[in-house]
Amino acid sequence: MSSAAFKRESFRDDFSFRNSPDAVRRFPFPFAEDRYLYSVNIEPHTAGAPDSAYEFAFDIDEHYIAECEDRRITLAQDPHRYVTMPHMMDAQWDILELLMESLARDYPAHFTLLKDGDRWTWINRPLDIHDSFIFGDAASLQREPFDYIARQAQGDFVLLDQRDGDLWADAGMVTSQADWSMAFDAGMSFKQWHGPVPMAHEIGVFDRALKYLLNLQQGQPVRRLNWTMTVNPRLDTSPENYHLWGPDRATITADNVGRLIHLRVELQALFRLPRSNGVVFSVRCYLASLEDLSRFPGWAKRLHRVLASLPPALVDYKGLSRYREAVMAWLSRFEDGAPLKSGTQPQ
Amino acid sequence: MIGAIPVVVCAAYDVAPGIKQFTLSRVDGAPLPAYSAGSHVVAALRTAHRVHRNPYSLMGDPRERDAYQIAVRRQTISRGGSDLLHDAVRVGTSLEISHPVNLFPIARLARRHILIAGGIGVTPILAHAHELSRLQAEFEIHYAYRTPDQSAYATTLLSLARGHAHFYCDSAGAPIDFHALLADRPLGTHVYICGPEGFIASARETARKLGWPASHVHSERFLAPPIGEAFEVFLARSEKSIEVAPQVSLLEAIEAAGIAAPHLCRGGACGQCETQVVEVDGEIVHHDVFLDDDEKAAGRKIMLCVSRLRGRRIVLNL
Repeated sequence: MSSAAFKRESFRDDFSFRNSPDAVRRFPFPFAEDRYLYSVNIEPHTAGAPDSAYEFAFDIDEHYIAECEDRRITLAQDPHRYVTMPHMMDAQWDILELLMESLARDYPAHFTLLKDGDRWTWINRPLDIHDSFIFGDAASLQREPFDYIARQAQGDFVLLDQRDGDLWADAGMVTSQADWSMAFDAGMSFKQWHGPVPMAHEIGVFDRALKYLLNLQQGQPVRRLNWTMTVNPRLDTSPENYHLWGPDRATITADNVGRLIHLRVELQALFRLPRSNGVVFSVRCYLASLEDLSRFPGWAKRLHRVLASLPPALVDYKGLSRYREAVMAWLSRFEDGAPLKSGTQPQ
Repeated sequence: MIGAIPVVVCAAYDVAPGIKQFTLSRVDGAPLPAYSAGSHVVAALRTAHRVHRNPYSLMGDPRERDAYQIAVRRQTISRGGSDLLHDAVRVGTSLEISHPVNLFPIARLARRHILIAGGIGVTPILAHAHELSRLQAEFEIHYAYRTPDQSAYATTLLSLARGHAHFYCDSAGAPIDFHALLADRPLGTHVYICGPEGFIASARETARKLGWPASHVHSERFLAPPIGEAFEVFLARSEKSIEVAPQVSLLEAIEAAGIAAPHLCRGGACGQCETQVVEVDGEIVHHDVFLDDDEKAAGRKIMLCVSRLRGRRIVLNL
């Protein structure tokens, strides 16, 4: 991707965000089956197909510059979207290293990392950044290392400390979240921050997932997809700003539903961090309107079936109650009753 | 091994009678992965007969990326692994290691750290001391050994702990006194113990009686898979029957039969190889430190890496 391909667009106010046809093709559509069921759907985060969202550890796409700008605005308005505790400084350097090494390796046209022992130079061409610093010396950067690098990445990041047989959300930069708050969850354990999720506790999903993640190994990251829906292409659907986006849900009509309702997919990855023995939880948000998705009628048909069979507790938890009927009505034109093959491929 | 790192031995020397230290570097000269203090690697050593895989604590300064340091004590009852490292591994020998795994990390919220090492158990404690020194944390070291010639790493510990290192020599009639060491400690203190089985058990029991919360008492002990009697294992899902010889662990026998079984530390500590027992004709001999006493008594789970059967046949959900 050349720099010219990064779009100038917004995720608020006039919502000028648009997906190119290519961005729709590589959208990480999450439904392989007609029914959505909770499961520990974790798989190795290994290199996926070229030019897919899974090709690299951290996906950089046409929305990169605009997403970094949206994050800058959110942080300027509310600095508490970035939280860190003093014992997380090693984890901060771990995530800085992981992001810089990954981006420089996977996108050499955009990012360069030069190392001379602990003297590192970081060049980010899309954002016009060129800095030298001493790895391990926080005073040599203008911001804390995690703050510095997370502002230059798409997606949210939570740094988890591992102790007492549990994972603790002890640092995070979260500005593109599906209605949860880093400031509220800071310091919580794995089961505490998953407390609001319906149904999954009862079937033991979190016991199994925690056990698995406590054994996560260096060099063997894992990933999963999660999803919800959002009115307008808005990244910041936070509890802090509920007054800004909550009322949008009452604006959906049969005429605007295809344009305004977006399937919101999170590509979540977890990496063991080497120096801190912590874990980074990265959450990359992808948005596609119903009109975008309908470029591939199989996706639209699948989404219709998933929404039709979604348990009421999940409809409510994901905040879909007010417009689910309108979405179903719009998607029903793609329903021909024929079976769909298992899988998430666009055709 | 998934993600195995090819390394070469670039130094090997005796640090004490029966204890040999090895310096390992990547074959391609690239930096090794960074790690946290308390980590170990599983080293795989191929011989004509089989692959020996054993966990070893990384004992150097975790900031060192050019080389890892491990130390190996010759086991009195060896299945071949420690003898092999002492006798056959020399400068230039190639082997494979796993990425570092940490089952014995420092508690980053602790106000004070007490490190207790017994004999060769000093290896992860050395890395802890390097890390705590870098973090400028409050810590102290207690290092116990049988005879003065076994005190290989006393000088290093002395320089890292600056006046907070204490040494105990059994043969000099100065054994470690866990009660004196653990009594009347302020809240927020964490203790880390690594050493022989009896040493760890005694320290843990003393801490428990003194009212230490379990979450503040950390220990690590790797076990070599013990030698036992031969038995048969039947894998219910693979529908395969395998003979487990006395010198070979259950995990090794399953791997030799071409079945991939989950595993990580291979020393009974991490829990990754926990497997469901479907049926058993005989008595399960649990050697791991992962399952609790109730789970061991129930006999529905077994850790493939170190535990085995005294009896005829065991059926596993594998």
